[in-house]
Amino acid sequence: MSAAGANRIAGAGRLTPANTVRFTFDGRDYTGLEGDTLASALIANDVHLVGRSFKYHRPRGIQTAGPEEPSALVGIRRDAARHVPNIRATVQEIHDGLAAVSQNRWPSLAFDIGAVNDIGSPLFSAGVYYKTFMWPKAAWKHVYEPVIRNAAGLGVAPDQPDPDRYASRYVHCDVLVIGGGVAGLAAALSAAESGAQVILCDENANMGGALRFEGEAKLDGLEGYEWAQQAVDRLSVMDNVRVLQRTTAFGYYAQNFVGLVERVTDHLPAPDPDTPRERLWQVRAKRVIIAAGAIERHMVFANNDRPGIMLASAARMYLNHYGVAVGRKVGVYTANDSAYAAAIDLKKAGVDIPAIVDLRTDPDSGLVEEAKGLGIRVLTGHAVTGAGGKLRVASMTVEPANGGSKAEIIPVDAIVMSAGWTPSVHMYSQSRGKVVWNEESQRFLPGEYPQDAVSVGACNGTDGLQASVTEALAAGETAAKETCPKAKKSGVKITVDGEGKWAGNMVGAGPGAGAGKVMKAFVDFQNDVTAKDIRLAVQEGMHSIEHVKRFTTNGMATDQGKLSNLHGLAIAAEALGRPIPKVGLTTFRPPYTPTTFGAIVGHARGKLFDPTRKTPMHVAEEAAGAVFEDVGQWKRAWYYPRAGEDMHAAVNRECRTVREVAGMFDATTLGKIEVVGPDAAQFLDLLYTNPFMKLGVGKLRYGIMCREDGFIYDDGVVARVAEDRFHVTTTTGGAPRVLHHMEDYLQTEFPHLKVWLTSTSEQWAVIAVQGPKAREIIEPFVEGIDLSNETFPHMSYAEGKVCGVPARVFRMSFTGEAGYEINVPADFGRQVWDAIYERGAPMGMCLYGTETMHVLRAEKGYIIVGQDTDGTVTPHDAGLSWAVGKKKTDFVGIRGLNRPDLTAPGRRQLVGLKVKDGKTVLEEGAQIVANHNQSPPMNIIGWVSSSYWSENCGHPIAMALVEDGFNLMGKTLYVPMPDRVIEVEVRDTVFFDKEGGWIHG
Amino acid sequence: MLLIHCPYCEEKRPELEFRHAGEAHVARPADIANISDAEFAHYFFYRDNPKGVAYERWRHIHGCGRFFNAARDTISDKFLTTYKAGEPKPELVEAANENKAEAQKGNSAK
Repeated sequence: MSAAGANRIAGAGRLTPANTVRFTFDGRDYTGLEGDTLASALIANDVHLVGRSFKYHRPRGIQTAGPEEPSALVGIRRDAARHVPNIRATVQEIHDGLAAVSQNRWPSLAFDIGAVNDIGSPLFSAGVYYKTFMWPKAAWKHVYEPVIRNAAGLGVAPDQPDPDRYASRYVHCDVLVIGGGVAGLAAALSAAESGAQVILCDENANMGGALRFEGEAKLDGLEGYEWAQQAVDRLSVMDNVRVLQRTTAFGYYAQNFVGLVERVTDHLPAPDPDTPRERLWQVRAKRVIIAAGAIERHMVFANNDRPGIMLASAARMYLNHYGVAVGRKVGVYTANDSAYAAAIDLKKAGVDIPAIVDLRTDPDSGLVEEAKGLGIRVLTGHAVTGAGGKLRVASMTVEPANGGSKAEIIPVDAIVMSAGWTPSVHMYSQSRGKVVWNEESQRFLPGEYPQDAVSVGACNGTDGLQASVTEALAAGETAAKETCPKAKKSGVKITVDGEGKWAGNMVGAGPGAGAGKVMKAFVDFQNDVTAKDIRLAVQEGMHSIEHVKRFTTNGMATDQGKLSNLHGLAIAAEALGRPIPKVGLTTFRPPYTPTTFGAIVGHARGKLFDPTRKTPMHVAEEAAGAVFEDVGQWKRAWYYPRAGEDMHAAVNRECRTVREVAGMFDATTLGKIEVVGPDAAQFLDLLYTNPFMKLGVGKLRYGIMCREDGFIYDDGVVARVAEDRFHVTTTTGGAPRVLHHMEDYLQTEFPHLKVWLTSTSEQWAVIAVQGPKAREIIEPFVEGIDLSNETFPHMSYAEGKVCGVPARVFRMSFTGEAGYEINVPADFGRQVWDAIYERGAPMGMCLYGTETMHVLRAEKGYIIVGQDTDGTVTPHDAGLSWAVGKKKTDFVGIRGLNRPDLTAPGRRQLVGLKVKDGKTVLEEGAQIVANHNQSPPMNIIGWVSSSYWSENCGHPIAMALVEDGFNLMGKTLYVPMPDRVIEVEVRDTVFFDKEGGWIHG
Repeated sequence: MLLIHCPYCEEKRPELEFRHAGEAHVARPADIANISDAEFAHYFFYRDNPKGVAYERWRHIHGCGRFFNAARDTISDKFLTTYKAGEPKPELVEAANENKAEAQKGNSAK
């Protein structure tokens, strides 16, 4: 007995017996060999039971030897943060220290309480969730769903952040070859030798495809697998070729954009921390050659999911590549020639083959004779109608295919099966190609190509090694010629000296698993869908394959129905009494196999998820103790708490200080657009509701921008810097879309206007100094501007120097105080900020953040677009009719504002609310009703848009959009909350300094 | 990800550089202030949403910044052509007919 497992066959396989690897499964230590997958190593140690199924908790084993595996899903654990659930044991390579655990079982894999679902399974048939758990309604959320979610399912997601790195690369090539089997290798060689830039990818650890298990194939005088490795070596050293192993083409998108994911470190015992775990390749290929091969199908019979039952090709792969026998007494059930080769290989390796059961009455006589010559019993025209055993298959029940005589029970410890080969059309279908049913060969094949792609070999339905090689060589050379101007003849020739037999096919349920039988004959192992479920779906009225799929969930598991789709379709077609192509195949969608979020996200997570924008004064604000809030991508100082202050106290202090002394505020995030040109004023006149033609140089104007529908889109203050130059400000969040909106009109509707637009948001740092002492504080720093009220009144603009730095100074206010907004080149922002702070602070000035800014502006009834407007508010609704130019003959929104609904009475209008109890701060977003005694659903007449505690007023303040609000002044309305009703009185929106004198200083 | 040909840059660039900007060839009425409600509705709200060739505006927002027009087949997602703003709508009879035939085939199969 080998150290690396009792089922190792001496002399078989390609692994080196001396290179042992230690790993654990469910806490037990095992030894495997370097190059093993977890599946091959477990089978070598005679472990077939590896998991419990999704719904019925049935014991499940290893059914394949590749990416199509539906059942053998395990958790792989490297350390606490690196626990990956639902990994296919057939794909995961083992390494020293690998720890794997089984899933969906409790308390243990061999004894699982959840298996009661299997006994109670009539309750859990297809569609059960839609029908059974409907009543009482609340029970779904609190009882049924949690219980079902707990019982059904696969692995457990890790609960710690992923510590690994994931890389991402873009790459262009002439020819992308998907699949490194014989066809893919031939195509890649041919394209590469013709001179094309080629990428060849294959999802497995070793290239060669079927050559990894098929012993008969001989190419260029070499054993098939040996030939494949030499081909890979030849390609790997070519400058124009990139060979990507362990790399899955998971998605085929528009214009030959193909997503590949390369697994870089999962197979390594101690990965270099500088190496990414996976690498995403986003490939744009001039042509794609799909050489995806074919996937063997299982047979549908009762209890066909018992551990130890697997595809014939998988058994052959385990033997010929890994040197592992899948059992000691292996039954064979087939409708295809290739299973014979598995039986013959196993027999020659010393494994007992009690019988080959062939559904066909007249299989290839050469194969039958060869098997019989080795002493294998061959039962043609027979079917396996059941499997015995529970945690491991123990027997197979064999009956003549057409029924009749008595069943024979044959003891086995494994069954290998083949219903034939399904061309892997996933990539073709993802490219939006429509598959076409081939009646003769009973399979779906690629039809017309919507993109520049071609399929070669088994995925194209090309039978035979010689034909595949010829086709692939031609495809490679043609692709090179048509995509690469410098292509030459490839000159690649490959001679085929021997090949296996692959003929034979059956789809649907096998004999004994037909309609009317009570049994579990699985079609889709991963989602626990049986033949009976599919018939039930049809019986329940699902006549489209899309409905059958969704009702039964057939093919909807993470394996995407690689084994099950065709069987499911055939059973549905039979139940519907319609031919298969009339029932149709569902569309294949990316990803082809499960793809990690890590690979998709790449570096774009944590701090790199989204750019962070910080103003030039950010560090100074941080030092001053600011708490920041996110406004779009900006970090904005929210409030500046002092020792012992909570947010409320800090904001109250800041609000008071600004009105009593002065405050300084970072307004840099405001959007800024420089509008320049001889027609600049005319352009702004068209884009804003306000008139701009007559705005004097050195003056400011508050402007409202509408869309054509008449609703407020943005607002801001505009300065006329010169006859032909304006400095436009926008809301912080609105800057990019306002520029986009302006560009749109300038380029497409008003292209005759001579105007140039430039975003200057990042060029200017903006320091707002507001309050009674604002002028006194900044005066010593200002050169070239007379700040006196007479020469520089409210809404004035001037250029000068502040702290010796060229500055644009706005005399304006968003607080209701006399104030200035100083624009200096961004690089000088910090130095001017510091200078003003050093002078202002001893005079009693404070720094204030966005929260105080919000409160102060609300005290004055100034709106914030996006808070007090919601895309359905006109300037008139907002009480800003004065800002709409009455004499203007055109502006964006002029016609929209006159739409009947926008001029009708009863529109929601912006009003102030007084809270009657004088202390309750309303919730922003709260609904408003006229009569709180009505029964729900109540007639809602508005909502609270802004609400704060105003320290300066000594009571709460609020603004709201209320139906016909302007005519409700003094009326009492109600704000119903879950625990009480709050009484409010409608009033105007100006809560502080109603006369507006303060602003003039 | 689509590759889109910018008629100003005269090269194909990735979709990420572009922004879709609605239906093309919807001109703002010259005397917009005086048009009827129905005319305004047609200008502002009504859109074609065809199955087949759609004429639409795109902006090379993270490139040259220009708005341009494109004809795109909404069935295959393929760009048939792109052209500069202000240029006339190209006649794409052949493609449109093909798509019509395709659509009819789809209908008869139902």
